[in-house]
Amino acid sequence: MARSFQSYLGDLRESRVWQSIFRSGSGPSNLHRSQAIQQNLFLHLFSVKSRRSSLAIGVTWYLGTLSFVTFLILISTGIPLMLYYHPSVPQAYADMKDLQFAVSAGLFLRNLHRWSAHAMVLLVFAHMFRVFYRGAYRPPREFNWVIGVMLLLVTLFLSYTGYLLPWDQLAFWAITVGSNIMSAVPLLGPKIRFLTLGGNTVNANALLRFYVLHCVILPLAGAMLVGIHFWRIRKDGGLYSGKSREESQPHD
Amino acid sequence: MPDETQPDETQNPAPPEESSRREIFEKLGLACLACAGAGSLAFGYEFLSPNVLYEPSPITNAGKPDQYPVGSVTTNAEAGIYIIHGQEGFYALSATCTHLGCRTAWALELGLIACPCHGSRFNLIGVKVAGPAPSPLPWLKVSISDEGDLIVDRSTVVPPQQFLRT
Repeated sequence: MARSFQSYLGDLRESRVWQSIFRSGSGPSNLHRSQAIQQNLFLHLFSVKSRRSSLAIGVTWYLGTLSFVTFLILISTGIPLMLYYHPSVPQAYADMKDLQFAVSAGLFLRNLHRWSAHAMVLLVFAHMFRVFYRGAYRPPREFNWVIGVMLLLVTLFLSYTGYLLPWDQLAFWAITVGSNIMSAVPLLGPKIRFLTLGGNTVNANALLRFYVLHCVILPLAGAMLVGIHFWRIRKDGGLYSGKSREESQPHD
Repeated sequence: MPDETQPDETQNPAPPEESSRREIFEKLGLACLACAGAGSLAFGYEFLSPNVLYEPSPITNAGKPDQYPVGSVTTNAEAGIYIIHGQEGFYALSATCTHLGCRTAWALELGLIACPCHGSRFNLIGVKVAGPAPSPLPWLKVSISDEGDLIVDRSTVVPPQQFLRT
């Protein structure tokens, strides 16, 4: 009789290579299961235990998870796009056109990047509304709400900086208008605009600055904040269950 | 910190001095960090502000005045200006909308300058007649060069109604 998939998996987990990679080893006990979470660099951000009720789709609609998934899609499509894109004037526009018409799978990657960006903004807002209307921002989760607001800003700035990169008329005038809105900030406005654009007009310097912000600074800031955001879910007592602080004790 | 087991202070005054020395070093360290932080901010600000800009010159040579008939409105798209030859003489308006910086366009059929972004409209002397623009289109300095060419300086705004007669 053929062995089951589970038994192959069991053998794999018993192997020396597997155990050298995953420190916790394996086993069916709750101890092993909790160690598998605790002793993993990525998983240890999350709670070892979750209430079954808090994992039902209707509770969170998985909006935070979906936002994170769009972020991962954006990173995994954005990096390949960088290989064909020069952030220079006027090459940027030609590269964008090349990605659409000359590069194999370029159109797919670019469209996936663009649609995921739209979806991420939508999902982040939806996540925020869901958290707000369930009251999940209340103590002890108020700082995680603040982190969430920062993540919303990072998302919006990522959208804004990405908007310039195709270097077409829509991009140029949208960033012209946006940067003039910046200069409406009292006192510092014109200076902020000058530093953001690296000049007085939307030009080569602005394109390069937006590129660096879009591809390096904002994604790193976003990834770091996402890490803190996930870790705080655990520290603040797991996913919000609809109970107040007195009823649910935070655990580590 | 004073210690309860400490002998009386006349015999051993050292501990308070020790702690004050530590405090001085702490303050010194913090002051050094503050200086380094302020320096980094200043350097960062200077670094982010370009000293040389490769932007188009604000001074435009618009050619001989006689190519502009009386009553004409000419758009110089490269420089972003209108050269207008009115009954009273020449003047130049900025073509950049005063609302959020979009490029306006001369709409001959309306006899107005119109912004495509948010619908601001200006008449031929730059006064806003519709839309969200907060101020009129600025009048720019127009002069005649030694060679007899019209020179428009976008960096110098002049009060309205200053016409150049040739």
